[in-house]
Amino acid sequence: MSANGTITQTLREAAAQVLSEEKVGVVIGYGRDDGQEFSTPVFLRKAEEVKRLVFDDLCFGNLAVYLPRPEIRKMGKTGIVVKGCDLRAVNVLLRENVIKREDVLLIGVRCGGVGQPQLPKCSVCELHDPGGCDVVVGEAIEQQEVKAEQRYTEAGKIEAKPAEHRWEFWQKQLSKCIRCYACRQVCPLCYCKRCIIEKSTPQWVQTSPHLRGNLAWNVTRALHLTGRCVGCGECERVCPMDIPLGAINQKMAKVVDERFGFRSGFSAQEEAPFTTFSTEDSEEGIL
Amino acid sequence: MSEEKQNQSEKSQWQPRIVAFLCNWCSYAGADLAGMSRRGYPAAIKVIRVPCSGKVDPMFVLKSFERGADMVLVSGCHPGDCHYTSGNYHARRKLLAFRELLDFFGIDQRRFKISWVSAAEGAKWSSLVKEITAEAQALGPFKTFATMLQGEPS
Repeated sequence: MSANGTITQTLREAAAQVLSEEKVGVVIGYGRDDGQEFSTPVFLRKAEEVKRLVFDDLCFGNLAVYLPRPEIRKMGKTGIVVKGCDLRAVNVLLRENVIKREDVLLIGVRCGGVGQPQLPKCSVCELHDPGGCDVVVGEAIEQQEVKAEQRYTEAGKIEAKPAEHRWEFWQKQLSKCIRCYACRQVCPLCYCKRCIIEKSTPQWVQTSPHLRGNLAWNVTRALHLTGRCVGCGECERVCPMDIPLGAINQKMAKVVDERFGFRSGFSAQEEAPFTTFSTEDSEEGIL
Repeated sequence: MSEEKQNQSEKSQWQPRIVAFLCNWCSYAGADLAGMSRRGYPAAIKVIRVPCSGKVDPMFVLKSFERGADMVLVSGCHPGDCHYTSGNYHARRKLLAFRELLDFFGIDQRRFKISWVSAAEGAKWSSLVKEITAEAQALGPFKTFATMLQGEPS
């Protein structure tokens, strides 16, 4: 199944138009040179360059990660190719005032799912059609209904284990971590100029790749993304040690969904669960 | 002495280490009141005064465990009574979500307590500390983090 086959041509036309009309200083999209296993980001400054642009089943990356970067901001208004899932990340960046809506031009693609075989997140995609973009390319895709219990299956599998097995499992997984911080670098929402991990007075998280620091790092990462993570799954994809980071993020997404009825990234106006509170919040487990 | 009995006697001599983060305005004053009204409570608890329960970052809790705490308590003003209006409401959201994450990792969530103690509740503070100290005693040393330290580069 590939609904993404014919998009490339219309996408190139759309990008050429906004570049030649000088509506944007740069278009960030996907490109693939011969021999590349999957599509990688390309940065187009001129309309003639649009032939480098592609859109297909191998455009996994979440390009929103480039939006807050100063070197991109310097290029002027940014045109960016977004799938529905990437749009959620853009919405969070807008909500957190990291970027301004007038500084970006969103080129949405109607995406039927990426990956060969298709990524698990695509089978429960709720945003085949990215709403609120300036330009949308691709044919309409029928939106299937996704039930609440389908959203958190990865986290659910781990939750189903008894506590001691969970700890055994995570101990094994987190021991593998080499602290390369690829998960942080690829995350569109980890945009802090100075990460807590680099602060050394006091040093909250041990930086040597040992279980103690690895646990602290992964707990910290998960908590800093709670109520913000949009589940794009990039952290897990880039992890060189194949740690199931997606399951951790999914668990926290489930927590905010169940506790506060909140799901991140569906609107740029929403209020994040940890920036607000309700007097009606659960008191369960408090002495 | 049988091995079981020996274990039991070791357990009864062993004292848990409980780290408590108390908010300046309610819980710390409550603990103070317990002292002033001569209500005893176990010395296993080590109190750290923080401006507000909302100040407590989950990293404080993790760090306490890493440094050998057998239990961590965070205590603040009752909902609605926060000196800063809403600090404890924020703490409630944040810390309960953190507790769920600990549980997801398979870390015993009974080791992490949250409570509301007002400045007038010296009696509640005293009985609360007795209660959680007994629980920590029954749970025994917190091995999850202790075993993690083995083989650690210093």
